[in-house]
Amino acid sequence: MSNNLIVEREKGLVELERRIAELREASAAQPLDMSAEIAGLEERYQAILRELFGSLSPWEKVHMARHPARPTSLDYISRFDRFDELHGDRHYRDDPSIVGGFAFLRSRAVMVIGQQRGRDTRENLRRNFGMPAPEGYRKTSRLARLASRLQLPVVTFVDTKGADPGISSEEHAQSEAIAVCLQTFATARVPIVAAIIGEGGSGGALALAIADHVLMLEHSTYSVASPEGCAAILWSDASKAEEAAARLKLTADDLRRFGVVDEIIVEPLGGAHRNAQDVVTRTLDAVDRSVARLSSLSPEELLDERYEKYRRLGEWQAQSLQPAGTAQ
Amino acid sequence: MMREWLPSRRARETPRNDAALWVKCPKCGEVLYRRDLAASLFVCTRCSYHFRMSAYDRIASIVDGDFTEIASEVLPSDPLQWSDKKSYQTKLKSDAENSGLSESVVCGFATIGRFPVALGVMDFHFRGGTMGRVTGERITRLFEEARRRKVPCIIFAASGGARMEEGMLALMQMAKTTAAVARFMEDGNFFLVVLTDPTTGGVAASFAFQADVIVAESKAMIGFAGRRVIEQTIRQRLPDQFQTAEFLLEKGAIDMVVDRRELKEKLVRLLEYAVREPVSP
Repeated sequence: MSNNLIVEREKGLVELERRIAELREASAAQPLDMSAEIAGLEERYQAILRELFGSLSPWEKVHMARHPARPTSLDYISRFDRFDELHGDRHYRDDPSIVGGFAFLRSRAVMVIGQQRGRDTRENLRRNFGMPAPEGYRKTSRLARLASRLQLPVVTFVDTKGADPGISSEEHAQSEAIAVCLQTFATARVPIVAAIIGEGGSGGALALAIADHVLMLEHSTYSVASPEGCAAILWSDASKAEEAAARLKLTADDLRRFGVVDEIIVEPLGGAHRNAQDVVTRTLDAVDRSVARLSSLSPEELLDERYEKYRRLGEWQAQSLQPAGTAQ
Repeated sequence: MMREWLPSRRARETPRNDAALWVKCPKCGEVLYRRDLAASLFVCTRCSYHFRMSAYDRIASIVDGDFTEIASEVLPSDPLQWSDKKSYQTKLKSDAENSGLSESVVCGFATIGRFPVALGVMDFHFRGGTMGRVTGERITRLFEEARRRKVPCIIFAASGGARMEEGMLALMQMAKTTAAVARFMEDGNFFLVVLTDPTTGGVAASFAFQADVIVAESKAMIGFAGRRVIEQTIRQRLPDQFQTAEFLLEKGAIDMVVDRRELKEKLVRLLEYAVREPVSP
């Protein structure tokens, strides 16, 4: 039994999918025309899909974002025209939860960096479930600095529960590694395009997401804390995660409204993994369009626009709430 | 809008919970007369335990006597209409009453040992020092103004991280403050941070660890992830020393650990390297 809501829900579809496939096969093997039966089943299948996935709650989106079959960074990077991976932070080790290197996207040379979770248990262990250590963030900073020097646009894919919260990560100054990453992205003199493709977990996600253009998949999430963590701290009750998910405003629509996200990539009914090929193509198209547009700006214009963009975020307006304790 | 800082009106700056005449040291159990404790800058006179300090006490302990607050008119609001066990508005109000503050940071300009500086002081007594939109806005304005004035900036950090009740808008303050700090530093200005107990999460992982020089107070707890989160992840108890200022010094993450009673003197010494012309008295 999976602890993923979406995976559980999909189990009901498997039987139907199998029957459709069987009928198709049978129909191809014999002269009998079964197209009406197949069409009927297809229709029912689509109706069930709509019922199951037609409108997802924030909590359901959290599970969709964590779906084990959801396309990961490497599924996107492998569709670049070329990719030459670069490794290591030059200090201590290579962190496999961040993948990065030179690439060609539609004949344009870029630097691509993505957070990589595992697609099975073994890979998850190797990649620390996509939770980067300081070494991963230092590799990221190194590659972003290199890109800035070589005038290569930076493309990032964000997919992490958050930065690794372990002993070694604290010993190697996780805070500093993320802080420097933010600084590097804030000052890079090249276009930066970030795509939130799965989970965007807090500061560990933001470290790769200060960008001139931020894309977000329809059912991805991006939040200040995980719903579970938020529930544990603010409600002292981890079972309130669903309520926390609703309150945190972590969906693409909410974040587009706040200006945290610039563009939403629509997903097929049932989620990106139901047609990964198409989702990856459309995401890369959108990335390419943004990079092309941003490449016409001078480094000074880029930096000014980036500064203004983040300067305005969470902009303050005159408030009604009176501070009780201040002397008037 | 600037507002002159009036020490006399800020006499009740310490949180209500500490307002008793006698205070017990949580570390050694010594019962301390409150006035003696204040005189020793809220450091236990027996075991040197550093109590958490309120922002205005801190400012009084560091500046030469002048402090002009900025951005105090920027006040928090409730963008997500948040509510958990209590509503966010209720929490803001009660924190304001208990701390005498309107947000988790107080920003302004002052002189320290006759050096003009921009000063931002966070206070754990307001929402655990968490960074909301207004915390980020005040700090950003401080760095922007310090850049215009070409004066060093000193931040006293104390924070549980980004404020959950403001969602992603709080997290984005990491980006906003980072951008302002970067511009300030690129112009050749000096940024010094003092990490106080505790400094964690989104504040540690943004402006706090971007400083040129990082000072920490004795025994301050400093880290990215909270102790409980790490213990739950690794399923074992962490050693007491883990994530203390002394631990970070040994690991190479910070420049020095300083006893609060020697802090002002140390800051003035450090400013001498960055500023060559103190203002005349």
